[in-house]
Amino acid sequence: MSTLKTQEKAPEAHRVEFVTPRANLHQNHEGYTLEIEMPGVAKSGVEVTVDDGKLTLVGHPAKEEQSARRVYAERSGFSYRRVFDLDPSIDAAKISASIDQGLLTVKLQKADAAKPRKITVG
Amino acid sequence: MNIIRYTKPEPTVWSPFDRLSSLRELLDSAYQLASSSPGTTSGWVPLLDVFEDVDKVTVVLEAAGMKSGDFDLSLHDGALTISGERKAEVENREGESFRSERSFGAFSRTVTLPAPVKGDEVKATYTDGVLTVTLPKAEEAKPKKISVQLN
Repeated sequence: MSTLKTQEKAPEAHRVEFVTPRANLHQNHEGYTLEIEMPGVAKSGVEVTVDDGKLTLVGHPAKEEQSARRVYAERSGFSYRRVFDLDPSIDAAKISASIDQGLLTVKLQKADAAKPRKITVG
Repeated sequence: MNIIRYTKPEPTVWSPFDRLSSLRELLDSAYQLASSSPGTTSGWVPLLDVFEDVDKVTVVLEAAGMKSGDFDLSLHDGALTISGERKAEVENREGESFRSERSFGAFSRTVTLPAPVKGDEVKATYTDGVLTVTLPKAEEAKPKKISVQLN
């Protein structure tokens, strides 16, 4: 007779929740500028990754030390995450990002080959 | 020309009720279309939290990409009003916009405070796009220790 074993409970899947931040995308002849709202996120909490033609922007808000009781709540406190498909004309090596007052600005430059060029007729 | 007003998507956490909430948004936008008169700019609503401590009340408001001078605070009748204006940057506006989900313009939020506060000792700081307003409680709202003499 087989012994009965109490099945160990499978560890609960760790569910990470994200908020989709609002974004503005603007294009000019140099390239693209992305503005993403991540209030509560400091410079150290930003992760910008480029992988497989996708630009992933993650922002972790700094944990606020609040010993006080929250009597009214609207903010989720979750991290922000947003993924964009990169246009092939963008030079992945030249992507730069900065954050100021919770506004993440990502500059995406077009590769030189994709920039408009003026060709003079000789 | 746009005939239907473009409504900005709400930043929400994904939930299985997404379908339901988008239906709600649709109804809301239809209502908004019918109720708003042309010419009025629809404002935006920054999210806020209220914390209460033994000796203070803290109001935390999220508004990314502003300057500390853009905020206006007022206390009236036990309610705190935070208003401000986020200006759209007009520089580098050549080229074209592909996506504009961010709201600009004026906002105003009013919260009733859970306790009376000292109006002249209110402090506010703006860091990382979060405005934190600290309001010390008035003496009469603080808990008091009463020592009882027992014979």
